[in-house]
Amino acid sequence: MKVTGWGNYPVVEATVHTPSTIDDVKKIISSTDELIARGLGRSYGDSSLNHTILSTLRLNHILAFDEQTGTLTCEAGVSLAEILDAFVPRGWFLPVTPGTKYVTVGGAVASDIHGKNHHVSGSFSNHVHSFKMLLGDGTIVVCSRTENVDLFWATCGGMGLTGVILEATFSLIKIETAYIRQRVIKARNIDEALDYFEENQHWTYSVAWIDCLAKGDSLGRSALILGEHATKDEVGYKYRDPLKIDRPFSASVPFFFPDFVLNTYTIQVFNMVRYASYFSRDSFVEYEPFFYPLDMILDWNKIYGKRGFTQYQFVIPKKSSAEGLKTILKRISESGEGSFLAVLKLFGKQEGILSFPQEGYTLALDFPLTQKSMNLFTELDEIITHFGGRLYLTKDVRMKKEIFEKGYENLPRFMEIKRRHDPQKKFLSLQSRRIGIV
Amino acid sequence: MKYVLILGAGSDIARPLAFLYAKHGYNIYLASRSYDQLVRDAHDISLRFKVDAQAFKFDAADVASHQSFYDSLPYKPIGVITLAGALGDQKQSEQKFTDAKNVIDVNYTGLVSIIHIIAADFEQRREGFIVGVSSVAGERGRKSNYVYASAKAGFTTFLSGLRNRLHSAGVQVMTVHPGFVRTKMIEGRTTPGIITASAEDVARDIFKAQQLGKDFVYSKWFWRFIMMAFTMIPESIAKKLDLK
Repeated sequence: MKVTGWGNYPVVEATVHTPSTIDDVKKIISSTDELIARGLGRSYGDSSLNHTILSTLRLNHILAFDEQTGTLTCEAGVSLAEILDAFVPRGWFLPVTPGTKYVTVGGAVASDIHGKNHHVSGSFSNHVHSFKMLLGDGTIVVCSRTENVDLFWATCGGMGLTGVILEATFSLIKIETAYIRQRVIKARNIDEALDYFEENQHWTYSVAWIDCLAKGDSLGRSALILGEHATKDEVGYKYRDPLKIDRPFSASVPFFFPDFVLNTYTIQVFNMVRYASYFSRDSFVEYEPFFYPLDMILDWNKIYGKRGFTQYQFVIPKKSSAEGLKTILKRISESGEGSFLAVLKLFGKQEGILSFPQEGYTLALDFPLTQKSMNLFTELDEIITHFGGRLYLTKDVRMKKEIFEKGYENLPRFMEIKRRHDPQKKFLSLQSRRIGIV
Repeated sequence: MKYVLILGAGSDIARPLAFLYAKHGYNIYLASRSYDQLVRDAHDISLRFKVDAQAFKFDAADVASHQSFYDSLPYKPIGVITLAGALGDQKQSEQKFTDAKNVIDVNYTGLVSIIHIIAADFEQRREGFIVGVSSVAGERGRKSNYVYASAKAGFTTFLSGLRNRLHSAGVQVMTVHPGFVRTKMIEGRTTPGIITASAEDVARDIFKAQQLGKDFVYSKWFWRFIMMAFTMIPESIAKKLDLK
């Protein structure tokens, strides 16, 4: 069948196995030369693509939950959406969540996902106690900070290239309500935005939406959004059960929009309207619109048309963040290749061997895949490498091997661990081949 | 202590359906031949929704075991939903009667047995609901699956008679006619994407219709019209068509 990532490019013909027991997973692995595991396919590019794919979507049982500590054990195919559905009403929340809840736990570990709280809570792997994985030779191993330690750190952020994650144990965090106390601060340019990030580091959640077509003195003007889980006292008097919220309305995009719908002008108008629609103020919002505004529109990726799109996400170390971001924003705004979505975020330190986050600022930009945008990316790659930054594998679809190697200084260590545990080279993706992990 | 019993709980529709009932506070009994799988499913449901969920071994074709199976349930259910059934292999069914008989047993004979046992209990208690998942395939025979389809036709007729019988006792009997559903049952076959429902869609349709006290429901809704048109084709023409 035809399979593609969230960016709708590339589309590959693949054999997809969807086992429902671990025995079946074993059988598939032993009878296949090369494959990659895949969950809900929300990685943008070719990370979850190969000619043989092992879908974890039928390995989706919750196996244990400790009501005292919030420790959850579940199979790899359980989605974050399912966890929220089951546990938010009981006062528990994900320790780290990306901008969509439609990712699986296996994918969350493999991409070592980060959220708006990275500067405080780190990435998903910081909350993982252990996981069980199946290696290429059919053995099942438990990995944690004390057992199979090298595999643990190579698999967190390892893009599924070390084996198949079967189940994971991690901590949920306690919440009193399903609401977020939100503060919005508008920044007139990138310098102001970075200052606000630094000043507001004590907030658990922070993220900024940037209007990346703004120029000159307004370069990088943005709306910084801060959030904390609201307490019962803060909202309690208004709601009978502050942990229960009504199912929000969700729409879906029924077909691919024609390619011309998103162009420089429509994006410019969209960004102007959005910038104007933010007011600097405090309010309480439900967790869904706060964390997952785009999940309200299912299949929103279709608005980019059949040509597909990508998210260009990079991080630049803190010491050169300001200079690097300015150089990049300037280059983007000059190119006129507007990004529909541009998100800026402060990262803290990170441990996983191939994990994306590093202390500094990350910027994520959505672009339709065109020759012009591809040329722009090549230029941006150079700037990012120059400033010591790197690109996020989960979003990437076109990075060259050289750029990848420069960005990920722990790659030799990863390769050593992969070769030791996967000598037959069973776990590969189209992406891993492109960037030289073979 | 409201329990819903799902027969044929190894079906892909069973889990999303059990989730809906559990989410609305029902306790769950899962029953099918694949017991080990059900134990995991039941444990998962109890962790997600904080309800009681238990697994039981049940074989629709083993009619001798039905009474003791029903008696073994710790609490009598308020409702039963049967998803039991198997497509079988039409060619095999044509050549070997034992194969045909097995298809008829799991799709029809066995269900008559277990549902009559449950119906007697509900009739006496004057409460409860019985949901039978039949199939649009039962509305017209086609060369590709008519043994299966005729068993489903029998089941549909059985349910309508049962509905008539239990009406005065206040027991709801609902027939479900799903069309194409993306499940293990049709894995590997190509079905037209736009009219192929997901197991979740069908589960939602069943739950909603049952809670509204309906007698009959198509899933998805447009199958009512597809089948209306399909059954209107005269037999003299239908017999000449290459119906897959």
